[in-house]
Amino acid sequence: MKKIEAIIQPHKLEDVKEALKSIGVDGMTITEVRGHGRQKGHKEVYRGMEYQVDLLPKVKIEMVITDARHDEVIRTLTAAARSGKIGDGKIFVYDVADAIRIRNDDRGEAAL
Amino acid sequence: MGNSSVPIRAARVCALSLLAAAAAFAQSIPPDLEKRLADLDKATKSAQMSGDNAWMLTSAALVLMMTGPGLALFYGGLVRRKNVLSTMMHSFILMAVVTILWAVVGYSIAFAEGTPIFGDLRYAFLRGVGAAPNADYGATIPQQTYMIYQLMFAIITPALISGAFAERMKFSAMMLLTALWSLVIYFPMAHMVWGKGGLFNASLGGKIPAFDFAGGTVVHITSGVSALICALYLGKRLGYPHESMRPHNLVLSTVGACLLWVGWFGFNAGSAVNAGSLATSAFVATHFGAAAAALGWMFAEWLHSGKPSMLGAISGCVAGLVAITPASGFVQPFPAILIGAAAGVVCFLMVTAVKKKFNYDDALDAFGVHGIGGTLGAILTGVFATKEINDVYSGKPMGWIDGNFGQVLNQLAAVAVSWVLAIVGTWIILKICDATVGVRAAEQDEVEGLDLSMHGEEGYTLEA
Repeated sequence: MKKIEAIIQPHKLEDVKEALKSIGVDGMTITEVRGHGRQKGHKEVYRGMEYQVDLLPKVKIEMVITDARHDEVIRTLTAAARSGKIGDGKIFVYDVADAIRIRNDDRGEAAL
Repeated sequence: MGNSSVPIRAARVCALSLLAAAAAFAQSIPPDLEKRLADLDKATKSAQMSGDNAWMLTSAALVLMMTGPGLALFYGGLVRRKNVLSTMMHSFILMAVVTILWAVVGYSIAFAEGTPIFGDLRYAFLRGVGAAPNADYGATIPQQTYMIYQLMFAIITPALISGAFAERMKFSAMMLLTALWSLVIYFPMAHMVWGKGGLFNASLGGKIPAFDFAGGTVVHITSGVSALICALYLGKRLGYPHESMRPHNLVLSTVGACLLWVGWFGFNAGSAVNAGSLATSAFVATHFGAAAAALGWMFAEWLHSGKPSMLGAISGCVAGLVAITPASGFVQPFPAILIGAAAGVVCFLMVTAVKKKFNYDDALDAFGVHGIGGTLGAILTGVFATKEINDVYSGKPMGWIDGNFGQVLNQLAAVAVSWVLAIVGTWIILKICDATVGVRAAEQDEVEGLDLSMHGEEGYTLEA
């Protein structure tokens, strides 16, 4: 099992969700986050006070998938989230030790 | 003779019968006619009183709406999220505190006859303030209506100051400060400008008649200048200016500013104390001033910083409303536009360039907007006041535009007294508060946020 953690542009969320749904991935968790990588922030001015805002709004998608689907999911996700500009985000992949469905104690891939 | 006697006799008979009829009429109708005239007179008066009273009660409600939710939202949105409730509380609790003070002595100090500086205690505990009109202030409304209308001004004025000490003052100190401030500064200042026999009262026997239709000196200079003193006395917020102190929610502030704009019609047009054409004139001037100032600030900011901001537009609108306040019942629509536009640009420069240069932390710019906008408006009232709108001097010229330059000097005198009273009074009150309860929140409390440290609650919770 792999955990996919993708940090993407907020406006790409709908496209990514649709794309993942179309290949049959239907479980995910979304968080509104702030952060930055190489993308520069922007300047905000309030009554003459200037603030450099480096942490920009992003959306973090987390999901756990079977090893077999790993490549397909990554391909679909990057294609849907990509605009080709700095700030498109990153994907991190982790190995998952176990998964448990709370409702009925299913374990491992059966719990996904 | 024979020929002429017939018509003469006929005329005589005719005249006699007319006289007889008139006599009969005079005997039988008079009591009825007199009663009907008296009834008609009563009905007319009652209709006018109903009309005026309806507008004045509406105005009173509009002015209260300026404090809560108007100012509470406007200021609440400008602070950081950890201080949103404490900031809204400053406005809200004054709706209660000042009301009690007003009932006990406030109205009497402000509006009873007495010395030129303050009124005597004849209306203490609202004795004798009932359904009967007080002709000096409003002949067609119950004095009780006038009392409750003026109370709403006494509420918002100290609430305006809270913009300067937001995010760092102890709640107990804020309560004590605003209570003393109302007693020592607001009530006497209201008496001087609007009370019978007050020093600056232009229509009720003041020695230095100054024009202040709805509170440029009384409300905005006193609160704005006192705000500066509070900001200087308290010192800067921890982390100012290098830490981010961005407004946490400009949506709240925008809703608040719009409520202020609407409520201001009660503030200014209501100050006519009747529902006549002067109220209309003040309503129009108010609206035009606000519009011009929103544009003035926005364009100044657009040129200066490259972008026209929502915060800039609403700040400008408030600055214009402040500046037009003293002038609203004395000026034509186009001078109102000039006053508004000037206020928008001048106040923008104050809160950006001047504040930065002198490096004080007037957190929400109560001084830059109310102190400076109020001063500008009070002086420009002396320039643009005209007898065409409000003939206070019975046909003699009013402002500079009418040919009476002396009025500008009178306005300056009223401005100077307001500044001095606000500076000295507020400094002494701050010293008293500091010696008793202490004015500044403990460092840990300020870092944690006043919502949690002073009030034990949060504006926004994750779980709920």
